[in-house]
Amino acid sequence: MGSYVPSTMEERQAMLQAMGLSSVDELYDAIPSSVKLQGPLQIPEGLSEMEVRSKMEKLAGKNKVFPTVFRGAGAYRHYIPSIVKYIPAKEEFVTSYTPYQAEISQGVLQAIFEYQTDMCQLMDMPVSNASVYDGATAAAEGAAMCRERKRTKTLVSATAQPDTIQVMETYCQAANTELVIVPEKDGKTDKEALKELLDDTTACFYVQQPNYYGLFEDCEELGQIVHEKGAKYIMGCNPIALGVMATPGQCGADVATAEGQPLGMPLAYGGPYLGIMTCSEKMMRKIPGRIVGETTDAEGNRAFVLTLQAREQHIRREKASSNICSNQALCALTASVYLAAMGPQGLRDVANLCLSKAHYAAQQISAIPGFEMVYQGEFFHEFVTSCPVCPQKVMQALEEKGILGGLPLTGDKKGQILWCVTEMNTKEEIDTLAETLKEVAGK
Amino acid sequence: MNLIFESSVAGRKCVQVPPCDVPEYQLPASLTRQQAPHLPEMSETDISRHYTKLAERTYGVNNGFYPLGSCTMKYNPRINEEMASLPGFTGVHPLQPEHTVQGCLEVMALAEEYLCQITGMDEMTFQPAAGAHGELTGVLLIKQYHKMRGDTKRTKIIVPDSAHGTNPATAVMAGFTCVNVPSNEEGGIDLDKLREAVGEDTAGLMLTNPNTLGIFDKNILEITKIIKDAGGLCYYDGANLNAIMGQVRPGDMGFDVVHLNLHKTFSTPHGGGGPGSGAVGCKKLLAPYLPKPHAVAGENGYTMDYDLPQSIGRMKAFYGNFLVVVRALTYVLTLGQKGIPEASRNAVLNANYMMHQLSDTYDIATKGHCMHEFIITLDKMHKEKGVTATDIAKAMLDEGIHPPTMYFPLIVPEDLMVEPTETESKTTLDEVVAALKRIHAMAEENPEHMHELPVKTVIRRPDEVKAARTPVICYHFDK
Repeated sequence: MGSYVPSTMEERQAMLQAMGLSSVDELYDAIPSSVKLQGPLQIPEGLSEMEVRSKMEKLAGKNKVFPTVFRGAGAYRHYIPSIVKYIPAKEEFVTSYTPYQAEISQGVLQAIFEYQTDMCQLMDMPVSNASVYDGATAAAEGAAMCRERKRTKTLVSATAQPDTIQVMETYCQAANTELVIVPEKDGKTDKEALKELLDDTTACFYVQQPNYYGLFEDCEELGQIVHEKGAKYIMGCNPIALGVMATPGQCGADVATAEGQPLGMPLAYGGPYLGIMTCSEKMMRKIPGRIVGETTDAEGNRAFVLTLQAREQHIRREKASSNICSNQALCALTASVYLAAMGPQGLRDVANLCLSKAHYAAQQISAIPGFEMVYQGEFFHEFVTSCPVCPQKVMQALEEKGILGGLPLTGDKKGQILWCVTEMNTKEEIDTLAETLKEVAGK
Repeated sequence: MNLIFESSVAGRKCVQVPPCDVPEYQLPASLTRQQAPHLPEMSETDISRHYTKLAERTYGVNNGFYPLGSCTMKYNPRINEEMASLPGFTGVHPLQPEHTVQGCLEVMALAEEYLCQITGMDEMTFQPAAGAHGELTGVLLIKQYHKMRGDTKRTKIIVPDSAHGTNPATAVMAGFTCVNVPSNEEGGIDLDKLREAVGEDTAGLMLTNPNTLGIFDKNILEITKIIKDAGGLCYYDGANLNAIMGQVRPGDMGFDVVHLNLHKTFSTPHGGGGPGSGAVGCKKLLAPYLPKPHAVAGENGYTMDYDLPQSIGRMKAFYGNFLVVVRALTYVLTLGQKGIPEASRNAVLNANYMMHQLSDTYDIATKGHCMHEFIITLDKMHKEKGVTATDIAKAMLDEGIHPPTMYFPLIVPEDLMVEPTETESKTTLDEVVAALKRIHAMAEENPEHMHELPVKTVIRRPDEVKAARTPVICYHFDK
């Protein structure tokens, strides 16, 4: 059995003796005997490190890690430079807590301040918090910060990632407010429907860019439509796409969020990921979560502290803007190191590789009879095709070659496949994919 | 030291991206970014040294004693980190077919089984990413329970005034109004006031036991009975679970739903503020409302169950902070049946020993034994000498010790909340006790000097008022 208790039996005895006690049991005498646990916990006996390793490695071995991946839909496989793995693994970053004691936490505070700057730059927005749980909760918190006394309704485009819509729904229901889904038309937000749904009670509209189907929405125009009706405009962006695409700042967003996972975090079966949250200057005091600010110390030196805490739960209690206390600090650090490693040019290069390879793949796949592009608009690194046979059959054939194919869509899109191509996919892999699809379609 | 942006040199590079092996595609101008972001331009050497310097200016559990009350800053075993970085876990796409993720599903099912045993619950979800997120999930389960029974008048959640600020904030976020109940002298719930507060509008109670004063509320069965008799449900805030594992279970004390902080009790690291995991366990009566999907064992291996028509919905994309669950499972497997209770018993032993050793010098806010943490109050010293809890905390920085939680709970003036955890040795505790006694003597002799501390840290006390009044929250580049 493993143990992380360092004191020896003799030391434990000495501690009890110092207190005039004979057993630790005496320390638990406030617990009514009727509820005290009788007998041992029904969990296995402890293991040595060697045995634990073996057991965990066996569990990991029961998963299949695909050498080639053409699936995204909210989680994206990008290259993670070595330096991006090593720096956030430094023990000080891993084992510290929220930097309450600024004097001995300048490192983590500065790292968060730099992260906030990175996010302001990337999203082209003036304010960023220290991050929240993930992209979906960032969208939900974004909607919450837009709500006012008379404007409580949230609109969300049907073209957003389904998990995001579902999390927004949970949060809106929690606050006893309404969430309305704006229908799609040809794979993009139906603008006419949006105009009709916007009214005096609408707090905000959320759109994802590029959307769930990989298509670029007309974000500037959507922003104008929303603002004309006095509501707030929230954009949820893919951070890699921001290397090339028009920014939330350019499109007039009031709040801009993102799932930060593509910035150096592994797929990891869905988490931990990173919720990026930025907003306009006007909304700074409504943004939830931690914020680090610059100030000076007693000698006038630059110093960093947690700031604007009057918004937060430990001060405001039931009047707080959210109950969130923590951030995803280590993931935020990962994103910062990733952006430093890539630099502005590297980020643009990766975005361009995704864009070009996805278009090459789309061309190759759509040249195969039965695999047609479902939508015509401009897209980034994801696109939807039809499928001449049951998509499951396609996935099976690809799996045999070590390829994770695109995501088979469901509901009224059943029979269609959402493909994703990143810089990790070589031309050779794309050609193999196309050949395999040809074989399956021909059978 | 420099900000990373101040060390940036135009044209310097770290990672090279491979050449494009397909025809290049260009977006139309209307969709294109107009101005490149100001991101750092650095070599790998620059980056490595910058962050090494930042790491040196950061204090973690690996650096030393970290008795942050209510945060359970226990040692984070390295094996947990290594298991969480196995490619068989990190390389799995969340939307892979079920037959290719059996290992992940088994991890979640095993963690659920063991943690339910430890808490006395029947089912558990790992979707919540943090304690506060778990609280929201748990309170929404209570809301859904009443809603599904057509009991719509239950609009109030009862929270003791000693509770962490997240409890009332959560209740409001979940659409409830919050009723504060005063505490008795031991920080426990005042039973008469509780009886007055409950009624047909009571949805539930949020409580941590041991409470925020570090005392086990011996009236716990009476408390949960009062709520149940009024038709409400009981929520256990797992912040203080590290005191009682293997001794008593929330499920046996009358609680219906509990959140755990895997990053506290189950040794996963805090990471400077996250990622954590706020797993939520519940009794059978609340299980139909758990977030979807939920990993379950079937005839042909494990599956993700999406068919939960009464579920509160989704709390997070995908399935939660999976790699944190991997770490927690590694920890539970390591400690096992005997090690888990041993951890709690030593956490309580360490706290009591430290409190006892300090009690001749410092005022302790409570009487009798504590659980895994205790409260020092500097009220008297503040009144007599003008020395505050902050002053004592800042003096600790110069001793190379992370200070305890300050000014919490709010019901004790000038307080420090000390939680040593079980992973500290008697040697460390004795050293810290000696340091705290030195600090006390210094405060008695030269109280004025205390306001000047710390002097050995990389910065002196920061001006927090200035930071909030004129917020500078990102670096401003020269145009």
